[in-house]
Amino acid sequence: MNVWIAIGVTALGCYAVKLTGLLVPAGVLERPLVRRLAALLPVALLAALTSQQTFADGQALVLDARAAGLAAAAVALVLRAPFLLVVAAAVAVTAAVRAVGG
Amino acid sequence: MTSAGSGLTVWQTCALSLLVFTGASQFALVGALAAGGNPLTAAAGAFFLGVRNAFYGLRLSQLLALPRAVRPLAAQWVIDETTAVSLAQRDRRGARIGFAVTGLSLYVLWNLTTLLGALGAEAIGDTDAWGLDAAGPAVFLALLAPMLKTTTERAAAALAVLLGLGLLPLLPGGVPVLVAALAAPLALWAEGRRAGRARGDAEEERR
Repeated sequence: MNVWIAIGVTALGCYAVKLTGLLVPAGVLERPLVRRLAALLPVALLAALTSQQTFADGQALVLDARAAGLAAAAVALVLRAPFLLVVAAAVAVTAAVRAVGG
Repeated sequence: MTSAGSGLTVWQTCALSLLVFTGASQFALVGALAAGGNPLTAAAGAFFLGVRNAFYGLRLSQLLALPRAVRPLAAQWVIDETTAVSLAQRDRRGARIGFAVTGLSLYVLWNLTTLLGALGAEAIGDTDAWGLDAAGPAVFLALLAPMLKTTTERAAAALAVLLGLGLLPLLPGGVPVLVAALAAPLALWAEGRRAGRARGDAEEERR
């Protein structure tokens, strides 16, 4: 049930912001500061989420096979690999490290 | 696929793709729920990630000049990809076609692959053994990398990592990510100060 609540709230919220952009007059949101903040928010959130999903196990911080997978993804990104290859590299390396016993 | 691995049912996974239709927000919601986060804090994180779509909508509403009646329908397709394609067109007709074609094809593909992924993950069973739990962070990293253009963005990202990991053992699930979002205004403030000081130095020199 909790999951459905979260899905519902997220769906409504995300739809509302999309619609807001189409409906409000440009002047309200076009201030440089607001624009910069909106561009920076995803940066902060994505960085926090990336690190948490790599190093967190519940509320504990751990270093396991996922770190190797993320490092592989980072290398793939530096080499300008396409999106799916980046994700595939992370998955494959994580599975490999785990299979070896990491 | 990552979502089915995190304990959501096939139905919940598909509903998420159909209704939310913003990749980063979906992954964030699933990740927060999997980490044992409260549904509302999880939704708040996903919501903040979706806020950028409002700014896409602004650019698009001028570009596409859609009739009012169509806007609520078009809104669901206002995402990174449709905006990029529409802005790349030379005229309004091209932009409208680009928006509709990209929106429709992505919506269909995204939801089909979600269904296949969810069914596939159910068939696999233990998704962790296949390393699929690394797919989430890899997706985030791939979305993040092109955004890290200037010092301010890098500073915001670094600070957010510190806050997100540092507070993780201390605060309930989902809350550290929201606190880490404060890295954005903090980095902006630091940038403003630096710019202010640089301007001050320049004036000093002129004297």
